[in-house]
Amino acid sequence: MNYGPLIFLSAFFALAGSWFGFVITPQVQIGRLQPTNTLGNPLTYPLARPGLAHQGLEVYRANGCADCHSQQVRQTGVLLEVALADAGTNKPAVVAALVKFKSGLSEADAQRVLAELPKTLLRGIQRQEADAALKLLSTAGAKAALSIVPQGPDLARGWGRRRTVAEDFLYDNPVLLGAQRIGPDLANAGSRRPDLNWELCHLYAPSSEVKGSAMPACRFLFEKRPTEPGLAPEALVFPGGMDPAPGYQILPRPEAMALAAYLLSLRADAPLFEAPLLSSAAATNAPAAPAATTNTPSAHPAKSS
Amino acid sequence: MNEHGSPSTPATVGTPALTGLSATEIDRSCRAPLLVLFVSAALWLLVGSVFALIASIHFHSPGFLADIAWLSYGRLQPAGTECLLYGFCIQSALGIGLWLFARLGRARLAQSLLAATGALFWNLGTALGLGGILAGDRTGFVCLDMPGYAAPLLLAGYLLIALSSALTFHHRTERSLFVSQWFLLAALFWFPWIYSTAQLFLVTWPVRGVAQAMIGWWFANNLQTVYLGLAGLAFVFYFLPKLTGNDLHSRYLALLTFWMLLLFSSWGGISQSAPTPAWMPTLSTAATVLNLVPLLAVGLSAYQTTRPGSSPRAPSLPLRFVLFGVVAFLVAGLMQVLGVLPRVCEITDLTWFGAARCQLHLFGFFAMTALGAIYYIVPRLLEIESPSSGLVRAHFWLAACGITLVVVPEALAGIAEGLKLQDPNHEFVEVMRGTLHFLRVSTLGLLFIAGGQALFLGNLAAQTFRFSRSRAATTYAEVTADLFKIVEVKP
Repeated sequence: MNYGPLIFLSAFFALAGSWFGFVITPQVQIGRLQPTNTLGNPLTYPLARPGLAHQGLEVYRANGCADCHSQQVRQTGVLLEVALADAGTNKPAVVAALVKFKSGLSEADAQRVLAELPKTLLRGIQRQEADAALKLLSTAGAKAALSIVPQGPDLARGWGRRRTVAEDFLYDNPVLLGAQRIGPDLANAGSRRPDLNWELCHLYAPSSEVKGSAMPACRFLFEKRPTEPGLAPEALVFPGGMDPAPGYQILPRPEAMALAAYLLSLRADAPLFEAPLLSSAAATNAPAAPAATTNTPSAHPAKSS
Repeated sequence: MNEHGSPSTPATVGTPALTGLSATEIDRSCRAPLLVLFVSAALWLLVGSVFALIASIHFHSPGFLADIAWLSYGRLQPAGTECLLYGFCIQSALGIGLWLFARLGRARLAQSLLAATGALFWNLGTALGLGGILAGDRTGFVCLDMPGYAAPLLLAGYLLIALSSALTFHHRTERSLFVSQWFLLAALFWFPWIYSTAQLFLVTWPVRGVAQAMIGWWFANNLQTVYLGLAGLAFVFYFLPKLTGNDLHSRYLALLTFWMLLLFSSWGGISQSAPTPAWMPTLSTAATVLNLVPLLAVGLSAYQTTRPGSSPRAPSLPLRFVLFGVVAFLVAGLMQVLGVLPRVCEITDLTWFGAARCQLHLFGFFAMTALGAIYYIVPRLLEIESPSSGLVRAHFWLAACGITLVVVPEALAGIAEGLKLQDPNHEFVEVMRGTLHFLRVSTLGLLFIAGGQALFLGNLAAQTFRFSRSRAATTYAEVTADLFKIVEVKP
């Protein structure tokens, strides 16, 4: 019997499987993604980048910035925080509840806690523990809030306030997530340091802004002109009176301006349903918290895996 | 295996067959297109190595060539990678594939003019694409960086060579198939599919958002792991038995490798940190871990086929290249499996570790295997003696040391970088400076590699020169033979 066609078909389907799985399905599932709304305020996210920043993406692509810089803030898991917003009317019951779930807390301490509301009671706990505490507090008639704190070295390093999600790249073409971090992550370059002159000086002479930087200088994006007739308004101002080219002024070419505009437009920090923000003021968000409490079960277990 | 009447070892194929078509006749039919493919592949390999070398100098001096856009790291580095991939790897895979189809099928190369035209197109496309990258037209997708206008030439060139391969296969006189033919056919078929998909969905009519990144990863993984894996293993399964003089250990183990490669490897390549629905990286991770099965199968096959003791001869030079390739394949495969494990990938993702694995797979596995094959094929093609073994030995050692000096420091740099980045108290700039001395060692490795590839090109050029000189001498003798006869007859 001739097995040729059978073998060919099997090989064909084996290969076609990955094509359906990783080309067609992503296109169906994330290729049609629509802008979403941010949490807490009625804005849509993302907005398209402004024109100059859009041109800057082309400069970013052409000069291989993505070879050394990623735009992926990673989250390794989430932990929860429980904050007490309002003790309600039955204070003795709340004190009893506090003493019960917070080990090492005396009744006097609990009374003091009630005097300083709103206050974060528990930090860095798992879901079960948080649920138990919430149940105790709400039975006692207190208003407690649960907030989700994303974890991971990238977030701790300050590279972003939340993990990167698919929406962040909705209007970008090409989407350059980067494969390697020879330089720092740029997902939030714009919100970390919104300073045009800094970006331009750093592009011209990286070590002028970051001591010991190993980034290749991009002097080809700039023009060097004598200072003779006078300084142009857009000439770079180097920090600390540093002058990499004495007797000359450094003027950015249009590509440099576009690239800097793109870098400044990189801010992936809108609060989204699927990506909790790392917030320094979790306890003060008490009004928004009940919504977050109800959202947790569906949103997070899958993400943290 | 032989009881089924199938050629268990390709050694039987090379000997004059019942059909009357001798190996020499087959080799002669392959000569012109294969010479074009091999010489241009050698040239691109050298160009790519030199690009990679210059790019790596940026790690020694960040201000190096900073006034010239096309010599910046961000352009030279992808140009070097694409040069190696499209100029050398795929081109040599096509060339060696043509020869294997002809030899294993005991048929003359069909439509050798088509194949030669295809080679011409492919090289024009590669040159155009590299020019585009240096001019700032790169697409930004790994392994698909050549701009869209180079793609039609590349695809046309590929299809012409593939047509010649398919016709050669169709006209084969040896009906039963050797495992290498399975691998080569699947590879031949898969490349146009993945390349046109990626080109259409990423460059011509780009899809929206992160779907682009997904398709980019899928393409890069399928090109490197599946296409080059299939082609490289086809050479391994042919040349290991051939060069050791043993039978291939087990046809079934080789076929198992084939099916596992198609089923599992084609799903790899999506990192766990990818901002996509969680099932995609998860599925990809599971498939990558299952790659252990083909890795084991290849390791066992290679070990049993070359088992010491069974082969009394010292390993010939082409065999050394192939054996280095097998070891590199296994190590790179293990690095890939390790790198996707949940705890490990948090450390190694987005570091030099991935770059090291990729270099080991391309340079160490594929390029070395293909170089061994080319060293074996070219003297037969040109019907001359093997090239001077001193030069080939020097090439082997330069390439082997070079690859080790690139891969080991880069992998160590990646692990060190990943571990330090786990602690946010380590300043990023300090962490990066810590990797620099590793990268400076890898520049030395790249220098060795470039030296080795220069020797290879010189070697190939010398052989071609010797061949054309001997051809010219023969032709001259033939043409002038009558004159001498007349002179002899006259008195």
